Amino acid sequence: MPTTMRINGEAFQSSSAPNSRLLDVLRNECDLKGTKEGCGEGECGACAVLVNGKLVNSCLVPLGQMEQAEITTVEGLPEDSTLARAFVQCGATQCGICTPGMMLAATALLAEHANPTLEEIRWGLSGNLCRCTGYGRIYAAIAQAAGGSADV
Amino acid sequence: MSLTLVKQRTDHQKASPRRVDGVAKIRGTALYVDDLPCADVLHGATVRTTEAGGTLQEVVFDPAIDWSEFVVVTARDIPGMNAVKLLENDQVVLVDRAFRHAGEAVVLLAHADPEKLGMALKGVSLVELPNTAPIFDIDAALAAQHEIIPGNIYTDYLLDRGDVAEGEHLADVIIEERFLTPSQEQLYIEPQGMLAHLQEDGGILVEGSMQCPYYVLDALVQCMGMDKDHLRVVQSTTGGAFGGKEDYPSMIACHAALLALKAGGRSVKLVYERGEDLRVTPKRHPSRTLIRLGANKAGELQFIDMDFAIDGGAYRTLSPVVLSRGVIHAPGPYKCPHIRVRGRAVATNHPPFGAFRGFGAPQSIFAMEVAMDRLAKKLAMDPAELRRINLLRTGDLSPTGDVVGADCFAHAALDAALEHTHYYQRLAEYRAWNAAGYQTRKGIGLATFAHGAGFTGNGELHLASRVSLQALANGHVEILCSNTEMGQGAATTLVQIAADALGLPMDRVHLAQADTSRVPNSGPTVASRTCMVVGDLIQKAAGQLLQRLRETAELAASYDAQSFAAACTRLCAAAGDTLVTAQYQPPADMRWDEQAFLGRAYASYAWAAYIAEVEVDLLTLVTRVLDFTAVQEIGDAVHPVIVQGQIEGGVAQGIGYALHEDVLWNERGVMANDRLTNYIIPTSADLGFMHVVLLEGGLGAGPKGAKGVGELPMDGPAPAIVNAIQRALDIDIRQIPVRPEMLLELTMSGGH
Amino acid sequence: MSDWIRPRHLPEALEILATAPGPYRVISGGTDLMVECHLAPERRPESWLDISGLRELQGLQITEEGIRIGAATSLEAIRRHAEVLAHWPMLAASAAVTGAPPIQNRATLGGNVCNASPAADNAPVLLAYGARLEIVHHHGSRWLPYGDFHLGYRKTALQAGELLSALWIPYPPKHSRGYFRKVGTRAAQAIAKVSIAALIEEDRDGIIQSARFGMASVAATPCTLPSVSQYLLGRALRDIADAQVRQRVKQDIAPIQDIRSTTAYRLEIASRLVLEAIHRRSESKKEN
Repeated sequence: MPTTMRINGEAFQSSSAPNSRLLDVLRNECDLKGTKEGCGEGECGACAVLVNGKLVNSCLVPLGQMEQAEITTVEGLPEDSTLARAFVQCGATQCGICTPGMMLAATALLAEHANPTLEEIRWGLSGNLCRCTGYGRIYAAIAQAAGGSADV
Repeated sequence: MSLTLVKQRTDHQKASPRRVDGVAKIRGTALYVDDLPCADVLHGATVRTTEAGGTLQEVVFDPAIDWSEFVVVTARDIPGMNAVKLLENDQVVLVDRAFRHAGEAVVLLAHADPEKLGMALKGVSLVELPNTAPIFDIDAALAAQHEIIPGNIYTDYLLDRGDVAEGEHLADVIIEERFLTPSQEQLYIEPQGMLAHLQEDGGILVEGSMQCPYYVLDALVQCMGMDKDHLRVVQSTTGGAFGGKEDYPSMIACHAALLALKAGGRSVKLVYERGEDLRVTPKRHPSRTLIRLGANKAGELQFIDMDFAIDGGAYRTLSPVVLSRGVIHAPGPYKCPHIRVRGRAVATNHPPFGAFRGFGAPQSIFAMEVAMDRLAKKLAMDPAELRRINLLRTGDLSPTGDVVGADCFAHAALDAALEHTHYYQRLAEYRAWNAAGYQTRKGIGLATFAHGAGFTGNGELHLASRVSLQALANGHVEILCSNTEMGQGAATTLVQIAADALGLPMDRVHLAQADTSRVPNSGPTVASRTCMVVGDLIQKAAGQLLQRLRETAELAASYDAQSFAAACTRLCAAAGDTLVTAQYQPPADMRWDEQAFLGRAYASYAWAAYIAEVEVDLLTLVTRVLDFTAVQEIGDAVHPVIVQGQIEGGVAQGIGYALHEDVLWNERGVMANDRLTNYIIPTSADLGFMHVVLLEGGLGAGPKGAKGVGELPMDGPAPAIVNAIQRALDIDIRQIPVRPEMLLELTMSGGH
Repeated sequence: MSDWIRPRHLPEALEILATAPGPYRVISGGTDLMVECHLAPERRPESWLDISGLRELQGLQITEEGIRIGAATSLEAIRRHAEVLAHWPMLAASAAVTGAPPIQNRATLGGNVCNASPAADNAPVLLAYGARLEIVHHHGSRWLPYGDFHLGYRKTALQAGELLSALWIPYPPKHSRGYFRKVGTRAAQAIAKVSIAALIEEDRDGIIQSARFGMASVAATPCTLPSVSQYLLGRALRDIADAQVRQRVKQDIAPIQDIRSTTAYRLEIASRLVLEAIHRRSESKKEN
């Protein structure tokens, strides 16, 4: 039985096996290549997406559980936003492979805490590994997007 | 006095244009190798040896599998030479008979269905006759009871200046130590991978994640037995590298190309799963250092005597150059009349170790900087004071016997670091805290060091890098070079340098994709050389282009983007040559004796002082970095935000190196903790903000006096953190990572 | 094509479990199972029973005796729950240090228990609080003290056809204090090297009335410390000999050396944490 869901606001039906990883459905069926595979074991967060508003690792989500789910990938985020601008300005992206996941983690974080403290930012990103930045510029970008100073 | 020349920069965001690759990465539209569109692609996989060296007796294919469905490649299918092109041709592309480590490629398979491929992988079994006594330890290799290569030594270097025996006479205090550093995984978040296509002319196009397209091209020429005209290498967006994508992409590219050659026109994608990437690709060399330091009562160094050995793994690969950088950096940024550093790269049955940010320097600097603190302790002197007494100044002789020029800011870096951290005040506070009997102990520690940018010694001369600029009819300019953006910001920095030199806005300048069919060989993207060496070439090429436009296309002395464009249009219309090329010329005073390790090893050194403040929980012995201050003189910060990001990222890797990261080996010399849940790198919950202070002396060899910064931040964190922990707990540490398990042993045994 | 069943009601799920010829692999949050499938695709189950949609297994209900937590309730829902934070702060704390936010958004309390890892992050707290498990079967249900659930390395008391439906946690005794600490490989996304939860009840004279401990990563299963508890019973704090406690900790646990830590470290830190739990009057503490 096919699985019907909404991906970035549009209805999508997948006939893949229900134990398929959401990650593979997004990348291979929907051609949404912004969702990356970094480890395949839920450690790095490069494949993070929002399911019904919650941050999850799509490599750990079986398609069978996505019936009627609302899924947001990096492609579904607004092209221009204070968050996106802050990420560019503050140097929050380097190699970029963790960036889509980071953007979604930051989106989930800001939805919960409009003005997050540094502790909340660090906690909110702790499931998303970045090997390039040491996270400092990402903290700064999120703080700036939340209306704070970039030099937290 | 040089100090007054140093600018201090703290407002990084100002004067930092937007990254040219920023928007695509933030929107997720940047295409990495696994994202490249490719119809009808086959997936590749690799069957590997499982023993730690030996002889391959037989390859058995499970008769239950219909192998006609698969593309199968063995050593017999290699049209050219079965050797990965590097310093020496000792490493095979595919094992035919003899092999030296577990994880060497033997058979390559490809199939359209990844599931079937996975099953087929298990249907190939290898009959291996293993070595009787594999070697996994540096000293065991040196003892050479079993030989992998003669004497088990790839390279044996000696830096010997002055007379250590003489230094021993002059020394009042001598310390002797033995230090160990582990291997470290680069852990780029994008695993390695290549996509190969058979071309209509019978040639091969390989796209993928890499630092050095021309290394890959040269490897393909040798392995495929084709000339350069039939081979093309294109870099795709590269998701981190840190040295890990310097040499190994050549191996994967050869594998992908061999599969594509037999795949009847279908493209083949070979992207490693994380575990495979961790198990087989090169990592930082483990090291063992024996060190003796002597000083007089005043604290002046009288001699430095080091025996520095690194585990090169089973093949030579890049070990000689890693070793040479390690040897040159070993004596630190100090004035000392008698220095002897013996360096050896040894052969073991581990997979070959390779490039990782710092390239040998973090290992030897760790030993030297921790030894300096040990010496300070024996002299009853503050470690900062000991360094102040010994740091190089202009006019001193460097460890390699070169007269230190005006571009020396070792003292300025130390002073700024002490000032920014309120070092002496903190020291007193932490002493008081530790005396008060709380459940934690705190400490502050430092490391002072210098890192040479660019290839060592005559390396740049041998590379003879070339960079071109292409003027387009619409007034835009394209930079043609083989240096790659891998996250470090090269694309932005190089465009910025070109735009600056041409007097154009940045959006008129573009960096061409690193495609060997289009760009000249401007050398590999390694050794902190891109901004400094390649940036300088871009600046020179820009000068040539302006001159040509003035001479042949009536570009006025003063111009704007519009009149520049008009001149370009005229040049194109007149069918003039719109391409200019600059080639590397060594600085006039660059003299380096490769045999004696004497002379000027690098065009520029960047100078740094790093200070770590730590807190150790006495109950669990878990160490937390409370604060980290990184002060470095880097000539000129071309793009301060990118520089800051480089430093912070490097420090984070250094914190991991100091406290968490340890490659564990199984009994066959394969990485045992081959999952991200067991190879521990810091998360955001582990890292706070760091303080980055940039000093700009403006005297480096790059554009506007810039120096390389990429590797520099890897050198300092481990010794600074270890020195801080030693002070917090009053123990002697000889090894990283400083895991709680080790601290427990040390604290329970008295700690010295 | 694998068989994936997503029942809408608990009875339907139980019927399948009881009558199906082959074994169904029960999946909820999938944060452990999906990793297993990725690492060992050849051992991937053919038949799946997805219980994530069962309402009966969701949510938290306060009763007079305590709280009932549906087995498929996410750790995220648990760590945020006001009553959990107020009355079972150690559970909120252990849920909050399980993996990282994207894991907590998917992982369930029942899954953490049934996966039966010796390092299960929420196991120590459930042991210390004296949780009971509600186990259901096609024919009915039974209650099992959580302390009796883990039978051996990755072996549980769950029998064929049974499903863990809920965890029931009593209110802690009035004069009790809790202590929770996870010592992991790093501050987040960490597997425990040692973790501990303790619930110690004293009377007005400072005599220990009950002391329950739960530990993880120190034996083949999450475990209690029966001889330590017994030693403490009826003693005043000042009468406790640390050496006696250490000796009993040694009896109660059997730590191993593995990729994450050493036997010596686990043994020593376990003893220290137990003593800390006994002597220090601090509430749950989160730490790496």
